[in-house]
Amino acid sequence: MSNMINTRIYFDKIYALWLREVKVFFREKSRLVASTFTPLLWLFVIGTGFGTSASIASHSIDYQKFIFPGIICMSVVFSSVFFGSYVIWDRKFDFLKSVMVAPVSRSTIFTGKTFGGMTNSLIQVGILLVVGIIIGVQFSPFALIQTIVIVLLLSFALTSLGLTLGSYMTSLEGFQMIVSFVVFPLFFLSGALFPIDRLPQWLSILTMIDPVTYSVDALRNIILGMGSHSLDLDLIILLLYTCALGTLGTYSFKRMKAV
Amino acid sequence: MIRIHNLTKRYEKLIAVDNLSLDIEQNEVLGLLGPNGAGKTTVIHMLATLLAPTSGTATVNGFDIHTDPEKVRSSIGIVFQVPSSDDLLTGYENLKLHTLLYGVAPEIREKRISDALDLVGLTDRKNDQVKKYSGGMRRRLEIARGLIHNPQVLFLDEPTLGLDPSSRETMWEYIKNLVRKEKLTIILTTHYMEEADTLCNRIAIIDKGKIIALDTPKKLKSMIGGDVVKLKLKTEGANIDNLNALPFVKKIDCVEGYVLLNVDDAKKNIPEILKHVEAESVESSSPTLNDVFLTLTGRSIKEQAEGGFMERYVQYDKH
Ligand SMILES: Nc1ncnc2c1ncn2[C@@H]1O[C@H](COP(=O)(O)OP(=O)(O)O)[C@@H](O)[C@H]1O
Ligand SMILES: [Mg+2]
Repeated sequence: MSNMINTRIYFDKIYALWLREVKVFFREKSRLVASTFTPLLWLFVIGTGFGTSASIASHSIDYQKFIFPGIICMSVVFSSVFFGSYVIWDRKFDFLKSVMVAPVSRSTIFTGKTFGGMTNSLIQVGILLVVGIIIGVQFSPFALIQTIVIVLLLSFALTSLGLTLGSYMTSLEGFQMIVSFVVFPLFFLSGALFPIDRLPQWLSILTMIDPVTYSVDALRNIILGMGSHSLDLDLIILLLYTCALGTLGTYSFKRMKAV
Repeated sequence: MIRIHNLTKRYEKLIAVDNLSLDIEQNEVLGLLGPNGAGKTTVIHMLATLLAPTSGTATVNGFDIHTDPEKVRSSIGIVFQVPSSDDLLTGYENLKLHTLLYGVAPEIREKRISDALDLVGLTDRKNDQVKKYSGGMRRRLEIARGLIHNPQVLFLDEPTLGLDPSSRETMWEYIKNLVRKEKLTIILTTHYMEEADTLCNRIAIIDKGKIIALDTPKKLKSMIGGDVVKLKLKTEGANIDNLNALPFVKKIDCVEGYVLLNVDDAKKNIPEILKHVEAESVESSSPTLNDVFLTLTGRSIKEQAEGGFMERYVQYDKH
């Protein structure tokens, strides 16, 4: 009985922290607009602009559709890593202190925040998927579910990464700078904008290290039916990254100073 | 209820809290009175398990801050020096969040929230976002939040810092009301003498991380003995030894260019004093806690805010 109560209290805490993130996300309209606008800009300007010149050799496919999975991942990369900056906000406004002084363990705080970040990413991806249907990308309901799974895995991994960075930093400017060194390489090296089959070796190695590569590839497998690796391999590597970064994030939250 | 034993916090260059020991009984309202930088917030943070002491220990509600931090946290409510509610959420939502974080049972949650809102007079504004609240309302919401899980101990860190005088007095009323209604042990920090005087049963005067006096407000003031007469001499450094001979003069101090005399019945005796010295101005007053502090340290507590939270709020305004 008391076990059941403790379990309920545990999930209540995560729910409370998650709900707060989601509410703040919807109330801060500028966040939602800005973070949805950028991927759309890429999809339409880069997608259309390069589409006229870039030849995706051997794949007879419209460039805009080709980068669509990459743009989904882009939106996840940006929103998830940037989500880490809200830890710094929370600390500046002392909100974080008010959570840490409650009988809530650090790993619970981490979990609640991560779920919040994942939800934010998922909402943005939802908007992009609707846009995708409008520009003529087709997917089955099963493909939709698979897409969501991949998006959640990637977003868990990268929200953990963002939260880890946020837990070590005290200034938003510092975070912004670090993020530029993390977000752009993660995105550009993932093959979101180009096929990764015939790259020079140095670039190929960097691409292989980047976790985003595997989510882009997985989504290409799922949505376009074309990928460089098998979907199983993509999934396994993503899972490994998810576990590793989740552990790192939990550890970082445990050692984060409260004041 | 709270036992503090040799608590010390050392930062690289300074000792913020210096070997501090103090026992606080159940249902007591203890004031930590001291100037900015005295170490008040640091003490509160250590007791609330947010900051690890360099050495020393403390128990809160019987739980050790080192070995039982979660139980300590369950026992305490805290109002931080800087309001910490989420200002994109409504007052109600902030309280709801904390009932969940503290594991308040579902069947009593709503009642707790509405009682807390009533107690601090925010019921009619509960569905407004906190960013629309005034400074005083924010503080009151913090108090409601600190009480939402029925804690045994409440920490109030400078609860009226940065408030205008009328909001301050409103706040005092709410705190007095709280003390009457709830069975609570309270530690309140402040650098406002009057605040400590009106709200606290006992006052610990803290300076440079050390407690330099500990007693009831009344006894602390009687320590000074009688009334205080403050003289500005016509010629600075003039000989005032002859005042020593007067039977009603208890004590003479020279502080910040003034001569301070502790005398019995100032009203009656001032004319007599003025026969012995040439003074430019004379003031007399019943002793205040500031006089106590002045006597103990030779400095006065400056009643100025260290950048009230409203300033900080503007500085970091994210909207
Ligand atoms: N993180 C910190 N690093 C270095 N010094 C600090 C830190 N926090 C507080 N201090 C110093 O410790 C002293 C006590 O601070 P504090 O407890 O905030 O005082 P009070 O609350 O009484 O105004 C001050 O001199 C302050 O500058
Ligand atoms: Mg302070």
